[in-house]
Amino acid sequence: MVGNYGYAGVWVLVGIGFVLFTFFFARLIRPQRPNPNKLKNYECGEFPFSDSQLQFNVRYYIFALIFVIFDVEVVFLFPWAVVFKSLGLFAFVEMLIFIAILLFGLAYAWKKGALKWV
Amino acid sequence: MDILSLSLIVAKVVVIFAGLMLMVAYMTLFERRIVAFIQGRKGPNRVGPQGLLQPLADALKLLSKEDVTPAGANKIIFNLAPVITFVPALLTIAVVPVADNLILFGREISMVISDINIGILFILAIASLGVYGIILGGWSSNSKYPLLGSLRSSAQMVSYEVALGLALVGLLMVSGSFSLSEIVHQQSSILEWNIIKQPLGFVLFAICALAESNRIPFDLPEAEAELVGGYNTEFSGIKFAMFFMAEYANIIASSAVITTLYFGGWQGPILPPIVWFLIKVVFFLFGFVWVRATLPRFRYDQLMRFGWLVLLPLALLNILITGIVLVL
Repeated sequence: MVGNYGYAGVWVLVGIGFVLFTFFFARLIRPQRPNPNKLKNYECGEFPFSDSQLQFNVRYYIFALIFVIFDVEVVFLFPWAVVFKSLGLFAFVEMLIFIAILLFGLAYAWKKGALKWV
Repeated sequence: MDILSLSLIVAKVVVIFAGLMLMVAYMTLFERRIVAFIQGRKGPNRVGPQGLLQPLADALKLLSKEDVTPAGANKIIFNLAPVITFVPALLTIAVVPVADNLILFGREISMVISDINIGILFILAIASLGVYGIILGGWSSNSKYPLLGSLRSSAQMVSYEVALGLALVGLLMVSGSFSLSEIVHQQSSILEWNIIKQPLGFVLFAICALAESNRIPFDLPEAEAELVGGYNTEFSGIKFAMFFMAEYANIIASSAVITTLYFGGWQGPILPPIVWFLIKVVFFLFGFVWVRATLPRFRYDQLMRFGWLVLLPLALLNILITGIVLVL
């Protein structure tokens, strides 16, 4: 099993090697003639104004919070799902209750308007 | 480990890598030809017979183009972003079995690079890495359109990743294994394909796979009609090519994963396994292109509402139905 992760590592190395080689090769054959106008940002032909890494309104931070909750739920579901066949009815009902609580949370968030475009 | 097994592994990696790169190159031509066909055009047909050398010409052109880094960009992240996008896109393929075990030189060789027993978890983990390259690329350009593109990309990831994971839970309940080789072995005849057992799960997974690979109708991070080029607006030359190849590698990986999980992977009669695998993968590649040529783009808020209020409840419903069927 450790060997298998090693092979995945070899695969990553081959991928990175390919990228590095391509970058290096491109560097050899491409022209390099920068000038100030060329290095400006693209803003549809207008002169770019102000810095772009500014504060902006992230309109979906509630989504992001709910995402974290549900992602953790998925992580809980995976081991349960794999052994599901040997667990039987009791575990199924238990997991239904767990999901129902989270669904209730989602419905509450929806009702409160958290899932609307803020 | 002796020399022979080591060289066999290296050979396997090299062959699959070369095949993947070839598919990525020809996927561009395939897509352009199919879209042209659907729109009643001819598409590229001048370079070589039927345009077959077009990918080579494109590659040469992109290699020899000047590489412009905008003056305000964060140089290190700007250079790193294409790599961060490209490598995870390749990585998914590592756990997909492309053919049955092969007997060569008196030993059994599994035709998968990394036959780990948690393949599905691996795929999910890697799929969520791809978004970093896009976010970093858009942000580090220090330009407005790329920034908007990367913001949308993260919003999309937040909305679709959960549904992607939940869509797979139903499959896991049926198969009882994380290992892709194991899942392929379970689907030995067409009646045992997981698509029969998990039709809703397949539809959900396919939609989420479209969203994860940023394809139309979920190509909001790129959205060439409104955001110029989205996250890759400021990238040129070989870095742009990297983003482009990552996108196509993602499509191929998605098709390969869909084939493996729901359509019996390399299983099939008469023809050799690798041929069956390729036939199925190309079928889904065609599906991706067909969707691109047919559907318009989602609006941003529609996209998020669809993810949270349609896909997520449907995925949970799928788990419920699967559970009831399995328990009874």
